[in-house]
Amino acid sequence: MSNVLTRDVLIKWAPLIVLLILVLSFTVMEPRFFSLRNFARIGISSTPALMVAIGVTFIIIMGSIDLSMEGTVSVCAVAFAFAFIWLGGTLASWAWLALPLALLVGAAIGLVNGLVHVILKIPSFMASLAMGFVGTGFALLLTGGDRIRVEDDLFRALLTERWFGFPIMCYVALLFLLIAWFIQSRTTLGRNFYAVGGGEELAHASGLNVNRVRIMGFALAGVFYAVGALLAVGRIGIAETATGSNFMFVSITSVVVGGTALWGGIGGVWNTLIGVLIVNVINNGMVVIGLPGYVQDGVLGVLVIAAVVLSTDRKSVTFVK
Amino acid sequence: MYELTNVDKKFPGVHALKSVNFKIGRGEIVGLVGENGAGKSTLMKVIYGAYQADGGDITIDGTKVRFQNPRQAMDHGIGMVFQEQSLITNLTVMENIFLGFEQQFVSYGVINWKAMADAARKQLAKVKLDIDPGMITSKLSFAQRQLVELAKVLTLEERIDGDLVILLDEPTSVLAKEEVELLFSLVRELTNRASFIFVSHRMDEVLDLSDRIYVMKDGEVVDVVAQSDAKVDAIQHKMVGRDVDKEYYREQKQKAYQAEAKPLVSLKNVSVNGSYSDISLDLHPGEVLCLVGTEGSGREAILRTIFGLETPSEGSVVLKGDAISKFTAQSGVSRGVGYIPRERKVEGIVAGMNVYENMTLSQMGNYARSGVLRIGEEKTLARQWIDRLAIKTPDVYKDCGGLSGGNQQKVVLAKWRSAGSDIILLDHPTRGLDIGAKEDVYDMVREMSNDGVGIILVADTLEEAIGLSHTIIVLKDGVAQKRFDCSPGDKPSLYDLVHHMI
Repeated sequence: MSNVLTRDVLIKWAPLIVLLILVLSFTVMEPRFFSLRNFARIGISSTPALMVAIGVTFIIIMGSIDLSMEGTVSVCAVAFAFAFIWLGGTLASWAWLALPLALLVGAAIGLVNGLVHVILKIPSFMASLAMGFVGTGFALLLTGGDRIRVEDDLFRALLTERWFGFPIMCYVALLFLLIAWFIQSRTTLGRNFYAVGGGEELAHASGLNVNRVRIMGFALAGVFYAVGALLAVGRIGIAETATGSNFMFVSITSVVVGGTALWGGIGGVWNTLIGVLIVNVINNGMVVIGLPGYVQDGVLGVLVIAAVVLSTDRKSVTFVK
Repeated sequence: MYELTNVDKKFPGVHALKSVNFKIGRGEIVGLVGENGAGKSTLMKVIYGAYQADGGDITIDGTKVRFQNPRQAMDHGIGMVFQEQSLITNLTVMENIFLGFEQQFVSYGVINWKAMADAARKQLAKVKLDIDPGMITSKLSFAQRQLVELAKVLTLEERIDGDLVILLDEPTSVLAKEEVELLFSLVRELTNRASFIFVSHRMDEVLDLSDRIYVMKDGEVVDVVAQSDAKVDAIQHKMVGRDVDKEYYREQKQKAYQAEAKPLVSLKNVSVNGSYSDISLDLHPGEVLCLVGTEGSGREAILRTIFGLETPSEGSVVLKGDAISKFTAQSGVSRGVGYIPRERKVEGIVAGMNVYENMTLSQMGNYARSGVLRIGEEKTLARQWIDRLAIKTPDVYKDCGGLSGGNQQKVVLAKWRSAGSDIILLDHPTRGLDIGAKEDVYDMVREMSNDGVGIILVADTLEEAIGLSHTIIVLKDGVAQKRFDCSPGDKPSLYDLVHHMI
């Protein structure tokens, strides 16, 4: 049956197959890998990255790119921590308001991002990269380089309280994944992301307000970065400028490895879930079998290239800039 | 000296060149005329090596040759001056002239710019262009760029032994009258260096310049006339002469439009700089209005203006009684204008999105509450229209990029019609479709117009325009030449139209 195993089908399922092969081979090399404790560990390391990666997934589906996540995550984390402590320092008080506040801060940064990109007509990668630097700088200004401890037991329950072996933060991430899926598949905004990514000219010629879609996309991405920031603070109990570090590489790697095409229109949040798991399984598995960190980075880099090579139909691409 | 014998070229579904014989002598200027789609551009591509002939021989001075690519053709002295100017505008004039052939000025890996400038100056002198070869090309006028292109082709003279054949594809389309004169006198002078093949839509120019004229129709050379015997009328008849089948264009289904009703679209003295000027027209419910003209006569720009993609520099556009002040696609869509552009792959459907997603793209608001889509209703709508237009697709989940051209066309049409659009702009709706799919489109046009939809059509061929329309407006160089009334049984002939087009 040659038509069952076509290129398209293969590309669609390739990320999942890669994930299964990875899990299988790490298990063979080190049976301790395959345990609930270890899976929970992978879950904990994945959740903040998953939120950030989902945010950037929407942007990449539109055919743009957002590199502001590190700055946005830092600002949201720091803003949350300051507000949380100022409002009482425990979720049982008015301090819970710090949670929606953080989401608003994320949306605002995303909005500015989108406006700079669309109104000033700056390519999205440049606009967002610049905004990311501004964010990192701003977070440093707020904290003065200090770490802010968030030691409320109720908030830290995100990590400490476990249901069925997994901490609550994993379930929170799952909830937001489902929300993202809903946005992607059931709302006009989600449909518009695909339309803009699949054919911007046509979307325009069908009467869509493409600029508005773009700005909304960046704002939405900002909200998901903020969720990622909250989970990152919940995981270690500290908010600082460095909270956002490393999210850019991990999230974009995950999106690409998950099979979302960089030129837009193809992919989605489930792809991103698989991508995030692949990245984190590799990180975790290499530690478990005892390989040093620099090998992990090398392997991830190779994986990104492999993923793009696999998903590109090179016959239809004449020039690559 | 350069000769094609019985050259054949087939594309899937199209017999583009049928046993074409073509000959050009030393120092001769040969004209090539024909309607759009007659095979002129295919023939030229075979000549300069972009296409390889499927059958027949190409000989130069009696020796058989075969070109795999334009570079090989150039090595045999065949050069092309492109209609779309092929200069890279951010490079200097001399870099453009020697693009790909810089090696001759390189020593030890470094380009000797002075030598290149001197050589370029020599080439520019051939075309009598006195400019600094170090100038950035974007600073030149269109006429000057045309001459630079000619100079670039003339570098072949030094590079190869033997004779030159230079193809000029619509070289006058962007030139003013006196520039055309200049170019022609230059070409006549250059006949001591090269032979020329001249392609133009403007019959008077072809007659003026060419020694002999090849007339093409449906992939065949139907006539070869010497300049002394050439008559514009006779050539035009040969270009278009064929029978029109009334049945084919559903003429019997053509009903009178509602001429008394308020016009759906009304243009008054509308101009867009560089595209067209002083266009006035009214489109009534049930009317099929066809804009006829050659490529670049402003037809597409008029459609784009009505849809809102171009802002006129002068005049007023009124859609259903509303004067439009802000020209955006949204302003068109919200007043019921549907635009079906020529390149379906680029602008018609979003490949990667499925059938129902494409159909509701322009009207998602009707299928959503607070931004949440009612996908069930979308699918129901899609199924209705799949039945109504007989769209061949396995189901509503099929990626539109995988449908055939005709079915993509139907999806696009369903998109606008289901959204309630009653002003439909069709740009070459049948281009690239096979006969059956074309007839489906004609049926749809009739059905829509009988429903009271106003249609502005840019047809693929003149017969199509005459067969389908209630009204024809002939354009030439962005100016309306003549308006024809085309009630069934009293349609203008092809010749009437061609006469005003060129």
